[in-house]
Order: sequence, then C-alpha cells, then structure tokens
Amino acid sequence: MVHRRAPVKGGTLGDPSRAARARVHYTTVPFGAGTVTMRERHRNDGGRRRALRWAAVAVALSAAACSRPHDPATVLEFWALGREGEVVQSLVPAFEARHPDLRVHVQQIPWSAAHEKLLTAYVGRAMPDVLQLGNTWLPELVVLGAVAPLDSRLADSTAIRPDAYPEGVLEPNLVEGATYGIPWYVDTRVLFYRSDLLRAAGHPEPPTTWHAWVQAMQDVRARDAGTYAVLLPMDEWQTPVILALQRDGELLRDRDRFGNFESGAVHDAFAFYLDLFARDLAPRAGAAQVANLYQDFASGYFALYVSGPWNIGEFAARLPASLAGSWATAPLPGPDAEHPGVSLAGGASLAIAAGSPHADTAWQWIEYLSEPAQQAAFYRLVGDLPARRAAWDAPELRDDVHLRAFAAQLAHVRSTPKVPEWERIASAIGEHLEAAIRGRATLDATLAALDQEVDAILEKRRWMMDRHAEVAAR
Amino acid sequence: MRHREAGWAFVAPALALILVFFVVPVVASLLLSLTDFDIYAVASRENLRLVGVENYRRLLHDPLFWVALRNTALFVVVAGPLSIGLSLVAALLVSDRAVRLRALFRTMFFLPVVTTLVAVAVVWRYIYHPRFGLLNYALGAVGIGPIDWLGDPRFAMPAIILMAVWKNFGFNMVIFVAGLQSIPERLYEAARVDGAGSSAQFRWVTLPLLAPTFLFVLVITMIGYFQLFAEPYVMTQGGPSHATLSLVMLMYLQGFRWWTMGYAAALAFILFAIILVLTLITMRLRTRDGAEATT
Amino acid sequence: MSASTRGYGGAAAPLLYAALAGLAAFAMLPLVWMVSASLMPTGEATAAPHLLPSTVTLEHYRTLFTRLHLARAALNSTMLATAVTAISLLVNSLAGYAFAKLPFSGRERLFRFMLGGLVIPAQVAMLPLFLLLRELHLVNTPLGVIVPGMASIFGIFLVRQYALAIPQSLLDAARIDGAGELRIYWSIVVPFCTPVLVTLAIFTFMGTWNDFLWPLIVLTGDARQTLPVALANLAGEHVQDVELMMAGAVLTVLPVVVMFLALQRYYIEGIVSGSVKG
Repeated sequence: MVHRRAPVKGGTLGDPSRAARARVHYTTVPFGAGTVTMRERHRNDGGRRRALRWAAVAVALSAAACSRPHDPATVLEFWALGREGEVVQSLVPAFEARHPDLRVHVQQIPWSAAHEKLLTAYVGRAMPDVLQLGNTWLPELVVLGAVAPLDSRLADSTAIRPDAYPEGVLEPNLVEGATYGIPWYVDTRVLFYRSDLLRAAGHPEPPTTWHAWVQAMQDVRARDAGTYAVLLPMDEWQTPVILALQRDGELLRDRDRFGNFESGAVHDAFAFYLDLFARDLAPRAGAAQVANLYQDFASGYFALYVSGPWNIGEFAARLPASLAGSWATAPLPGPDAEHPGVSLAGGASLAIAAGSPHADTAWQWIEYLSEPAQQAAFYRLVGDLPARRAAWDAPELRDDVHLRAFAAQLAHVRSTPKVPEWERIASAIGEHLEAAIRGRATLDATLAALDQEVDAILEKRRWMMDRHAEVAAR
Repeated sequence: MRHREAGWAFVAPALALILVFFVVPVVASLLLSLTDFDIYAVASRENLRLVGVENYRRLLHDPLFWVALRNTALFVVVAGPLSIGLSLVAALLVSDRAVRLRALFRTMFFLPVVTTLVAVAVVWRYIYHPRFGLLNYALGAVGIGPIDWLGDPRFAMPAIILMAVWKNFGFNMVIFVAGLQSIPERLYEAARVDGAGSSAQFRWVTLPLLAPTFLFVLVITMIGYFQLFAEPYVMTQGGPSHATLSLVMLMYLQGFRWWTMGYAAALAFILFAIILVLTLITMRLRTRDGAEATT
Repeated sequence: MSASTRGYGGAAAPLLYAALAGLAAFAMLPLVWMVSASLMPTGEATAAPHLLPSTVTLEHYRTLFTRLHLARAALNSTMLATAVTAISLLVNSLAGYAFAKLPFSGRERLFRFMLGGLVIPAQVAMLPLFLLLRELHLVNTPLGVIVPGMASIFGIFLVRQYALAIPQSLLDAARIDGAGELRIYWSIVVPFCTPVLVTLAIFTFMGTWNDFLWPLIVLTGDARQTLPVALANLAGEHVQDVELMMAGAVLTVLPVVVMFLALQRYYIEGIVSGSVKG
C-alpha cells in the first residue's frame, strides 16, 4: 500500500536550513478542511492497524523473553573458563542424577575476557554462585569481599580434606591464612618439543640447562633457515616471569609494595629472554598473530613451545596422525646444573561467591568436582592435571607419557606475588617487554619504566596498608 | 487534552529518559573524575579519596595518554579525508547519467555499512594475516613482500584505517548523492552555455554547492572517528605495542578492565573537550561561507 | 523536475564502468570471502588463500548451533532490537512532533540545548550509567540494554525536522473538529511521518543489532548475550578456527543485510527524497 502523496521535501539529513527552503517549495495534494482528514484516516487505517499488530508482537516477544520458565529446581550458576567450560558440561548429568532437585547451569567464558568479566560481574552485582578462577586472582577477589571463606566447610567436609592436595597446590588458595578456593586442577608450564627435529639436530635428549637449551635451539634453527626454534608470544608474561623465578628473582619488594624489576636476578633473566629474540631463535609474533599454532608446530615452523597441560589434548587432536610419536614434553631447563628449572604454580580453583543464595548447593558441586573419580574423568575430557593426589593414581595418568614431565615439574613450582593488582602488573610486564623485544627501548630503560608503572599501580595498596597500620596502631 | 499541556506531556517520556540515563551519568562522570574511584571503592566507600584535578594531571603526564591521542588524531586525519574522498568519488560515479544498474552499484557500495562491525573485524583479521591472508596473497602476486599488517606497529594503524574506510564510505556516499541531486540542472546548463567543460563545471558548480553537505559529512565523520573503539578492540586489542591504542580504547581498559573509574572518567572528559572544540571550529568555518550556500 | 543524475561528459563509458566495478569489488570482496570461507572444510581457508571452497560444507553452521548455542544469542539480539525499535519509535516520535508543532514555553531553547548533547560521546556516560543500572539491579537483564536506548536525541531531531513540514492548517482543522491531541498524533502525524519513521526504525534496529560495547559491558551472562558479543567471545577463544569464525560472522551479518536489502528503498529514498527539490 503506497501513499499517493508527493514526496515530502522536509530535509532530514541535510542541514536544517533545508527544512526552511522545503517549506517554501512544499506542494501536496490539495485539501479542504474536514473531508480529507476523513479520507486520510480511511486510507491509513490498514497501515496503522498493521503497525499496531507488529507493536503488539514486539511487546509480546519482549515479555516472553524477559520472563523465565518457572523451574521448581534450584539452579546453580557456574562460570567455567576456556576449554574447561566447554567440557565440564558433560560432568553435570551425573551430579544432577545424584541430586534430583538441583540443576547446574554452566556458563563458558573465554580466558582472555575472564578476569574482566568477573570484576564486571562483581561491580554489577551479577556474580554466579560458583566460579572457576585462576588462582592468581584470589587475593584480588578476597580484598573485594567477592568470595566466601571456606575453612569451616572444609573442616566439616568428608569429601575434601586439606591433606588430599600437595602443599604447593593448596598454598596459592590461602589468603592471609584463610582458605578461599579449592584447587580444581593444576597448571604449570613445561617444554613441548618436536623430538624428531631435535634428534635430527643432534640432541636426542631434551635440554636441562639454559646453556644446553640455547645450543639445541641454535642447532635446530641452523638446519632450516626459514623456520624458528621456539615460539614465545611477545605479549605473554609467563615465560619471562618463569625465568626470573628460576633465578630466585623477587618481582616485588618491601612486602610487595614496590616494583623490583631493576634488581640483578630479574635483570639477568629478562636479558636472557630478550637474547633469544635477538638471536632470531623466536619469531617476533604476539599471541594474536598465531593464526594456527598447531599447523605451525606440525610444519616445523617452530620446534619448541612453553605451554600447559591443555595442549596435550589439543596436540593429540589437532596434529596429523603421522606426528603422533614425534613430539614430547620435558620439564623446563634451569639456569644451571645445580638449579632445576622452576615453573609457575598455576592452576584453577573453585570458589563460592560471597552472598550467593545457594552457598550450600555450591559447596556440594565443588565437593563433587573434587572427587578423585571426577578429577580423573575431567582429565580424560580435557587433559588438565587433577589437583588431588589420589586422582594421579588412575591408570591413564600414570601411563600417559606426556604427563611425566608435568609430574616432575610440579615438584618445582613457585607462585607469583600474591597481590590483588597482580593481573595488572602481569599485563604491564608483557607490554613493556614487547616494546623491548621490538627494539623500541633498551632493557635498562624498560626495567626502569616497568618499575615506575608498577609503583604507580601499587600506590593505592600502599595507601590502604598505611591506613590499616595506622588504625591498628591506635 | 489541551494542546499547550500536550506539548510537555509528549516530550516528557523522552526528556525523562534522556535526563536519567544520559544527563545525570554525564554529570556524575565529571564528579567521578575528581575522585580516585576504583574497585576498592566499590568494595567499601571508605576507600574513596577526593583528588581534585589529580587525575587530569596524571593523565597529561601519562605516556599512554599521549600515545592514544596521537593514534586517534592520526586516524582521524588520515581516515577522514580518505573516507570522505572515496565517498565523493563513489557518489559522482553512481550519479553519472551514463550509468545503468545504478541501484545495484549503490547497494553494493552501501552493504559494508550495514554489516556488524564485530563480524567484519573478524573477517578482516584473517584477510590481514601475514601468511594466509588474502591481502598479502594479492600483494605477493605483484611482488610486494609479506607484510605483517596487524603485528607490525608500522602497519597496524594503516590496516585499521583501510578497514574503517571500507566500512564507512557507503554511508557518506548516500549523503553526497542526495547533495548532488539537489543541485539544479539549470546551473549546469548555464555553465555549459558559458562554455565550461565538465571539469570546470565540477569546480565551479558542483564543489561550491556541495559545500554545506561536505561540511556536514566532515563533522559527523570526525565526531565518529574520534570515538574509534570496536576495530582496535576486536582486531588488535590496542596493540601491537600500543600502535592502535585509541582514546576510547584506553578509556575502556582503564574503566572496565582495571576499574580505575575516576581516571577513566577524566579521560572521557578530555575526549569530550577535544571533540567539542573541533566541532565548534568546524561550525565556525560553516557560518563564514554560509551565505554562499543558498541558491 | 531536475534530472536526478549528472553527466560529466568526459568520462568514457567503459572507464566509468571499470571504476564502478573496481570499487564494487573493493566493497564486496571481503564479504564474498566471508561467505565462501564459512563453507570451506576445516583448515582449507588457511592452507592457501583462494576464493572459492573446493567442497561446500555446512558443518561449521551445525557446530555453531549445536556446540556453541549461537541460536540463543541470535534470539536475544532479535528480541532486544525489536523492543528498542518499537519503544523508541513511540517515544521519539511523540517528542519530535511536540518539538515541531506543539507550542510550549522554552521549546526552542530546550531543543537547541538537547542538540548540544549530540556532541557528547556516549562513552562519557557509560561508567556512571553502569553503576546506576547496578543500583537498579538491571545489570545482565534485557532492560539494561533496552532502557538506555529508549530515547535518542538523534531520533527526536530526525522526526522533528520532518514533522516541521506538517501543514499547520491540517492540525488546526482537526482540532476544530474536536479531535484530542493523542488522536491527532495517531491519525495525522504518524501517517504523515511514515517515511522518516521507517527510516528511523531501520536505523534503530540495525544500530541495536550491531551494538557492541554496551551489551558487552552490561550482559554478563551467556544466556543474555547478543550475537556480536557472542561472536567476539568466540573470536577470542577460537583464533585457530577460521572457517567457524566466518560462519559466525555470516550469521551475525545476515539479518541486517537481508533487512537492508528488503527495505533499502525506504532507507535510501528516505534520505535521498528529502533533498529533491520541486
């Protein structure tokens, strides 16, 4: 139905003066006072009724989508991260079978956005009931009062006992002596490498010292000039921080109130790291530029990679079958023969949001996920290393050849500083080192700038600590 | 209903909404920028400190702020004229009397405008891939070596500029087409009678009469481009090495990633001030030759 | 009646068409590749760049709907865009008409003051707006996206400019006839302003569908996410799966493209016809 009217010349997107000119030029169907209004109404009724119908549909749609179907069962909101979030869904049905009046709703959140989303949820008062989080985030969430203390629940629990976990695994979950998280899986970084390429370069055994490591990388690279030896994404902080921890470096000083990046140990570790790029052993690529990590590893574009346990499963799934026996894992090389290579005491924990109305149910879900059977099942699904000692006795963990490196490495792990601002500091480390790798700043200038930025980041923490001390002294 | 009261009654819903959900937050933002409101303050009001202009002072000493300002200005100054120029060329082409299938071409040029920015940013991220992307493939065919578009700080901003121009030129083209159509035929006839060739017609008839449209397009493009955010967010996250860090991106990082909201609010106001000043300058240019715009 | 086209004499027709074709290729190529890559088997898009798939497969679309639940995000986007469009059309047209035709004290000054708000970038208001929504418990709810979008200064401006051309005599005649103000609005103003309302509806729908930053911040739960946000999440996690990403991109873009193609006459002529002089 088309209105048989001359097109209106009121300018809309032109400048306002057009409207003025338009009024002068406007001509339209001539009309008399009352009759045309009647005619207009008739002609337009169909259109308007149709419009009304569409509006009603719109409102109904909105109303329908706004309301949720009324479910008598208690629904537990669980936020899980990354690949774990995708696979944990398959552990839900058994739990729901045990507890018929409970439903678990799993929301999967990508790691890259997880920290941000958690804080946003906290500020927006939209936290889930149970959350998975990187254990380095616990100090921050505790300071905010976002997670609930778990000591009393632990004391009463039959399913989870503190001694079920290796000490280094439980420790990151303790903030100021109280437990706020239950370890779900442990994560540490080890060396993944193409054993066939290393062997062909004259290194049948993986390197155990920095010196041997560099030697192996240089030999691998020498065989094919178009490739690199190791992939170290430029904007990631994990590897340089590991190297600093291996040298017994302290990243923060004075009760974690100031940056300590200009100190000798950290300086030497970062210098070693930058050197790897300077020698062209690693490509200058950031994490986002690696469009297909697995294709590149398979094609030999790089032969070594520092990564975590999830890649055992991913490599098995994504590499061509012909390469199944050509790659292996090894613990990280240490600075010299006396010091075994240390790695990050990473891992994910489960925590209960403070103020959750379903705290008891949340605890049941956590206990369930912590059962050795579930831990082993989870490992089968995604390749993450169980936190519980008992789960390591399962045959598939004992027999998995790639896991041996992780088991060995877990004996030598160290945590990052437990400050709430850690995530931001880690980000700053990645950014500043990237500039140094690109040659935009010397190492000394970079470390000075990093110290300056970290000091600024920690300023509020110092103010709060001073105030706290003042109050305590009074 | 008396029609005097009707006026207020009709604008009331809109005004109330704008007041509560726009004006009040803007004012609150100004107040926020005078404090060090951050996530500790969200946890407990005691952790809030009033700091006056300290945020602004820190911003002006923050190297990241100047990087973001430089990047955003670079984007506006390069992508703006490119986009507007391309739109004008497209408008001229599409309006030419000799063209058949005009509507088809117009549709094709406009299509990028309606596409979702996030979706096309994902697509362009792959087009820009140094080893597998279409762009490097095409460049390689003419002998230009592989360029790491999104990974090399020298090329990241040009990559974003190219994408932004691609996305927007159709929009301004439509406005230019409307402007071209409003130029009366008789002026061209008069010019032809006077012996003017087509390029002279363009210079003395088309351009001057297009000036008001041009200025309008310039202002809206400039305001829009200063708010560059989604492209860096999806494609580069402000990298590599802050090469594509824009002012709004920095504001987002400070405000919604690190939750230093006082600082982010100060940044937002500085951005507002910049846009306001530039808009006023451009408007001033318009009123200067506004008299010539009428026919 | 002016001819609606210009001839620039000198350009030979083949050159003209060549330029048009080149520009069209520039505009369409990324979109064509997007569709093509979404139909390629896994790994083919990064193996060697080429334009057409060797075999067409729908597996990625299947994955999107089964493993990744994008249907829900699509539904959310549709619902939100429809709701915002419907409500804002009503709110903005009432206000725009009032600014154009209903006298009330301070009208012109208020309008100019409101226009000034167009210069303020939306991001300035975002942080306190988020805090405000949290007080109202609207974070992670559809209303959190709908409510801030219900009134738009630009929308009011558009409607007002258009409504200025309503003949005053038409309105006066209706008032003399005894029609109430709402009646006049519904029976005269709305039909008269249909072209600009359709244009505004299209702008608003597409704008809300494509909106990214605000839904990213406000909709924290995946049950509520809109398609662009879901796609951005996907892009972060699945950097390796090019074909899957392209399928997601196609899904996100398809509705607005279809809408545009179906309604482009209204959309573009709404802009263009406003400039044609009698």
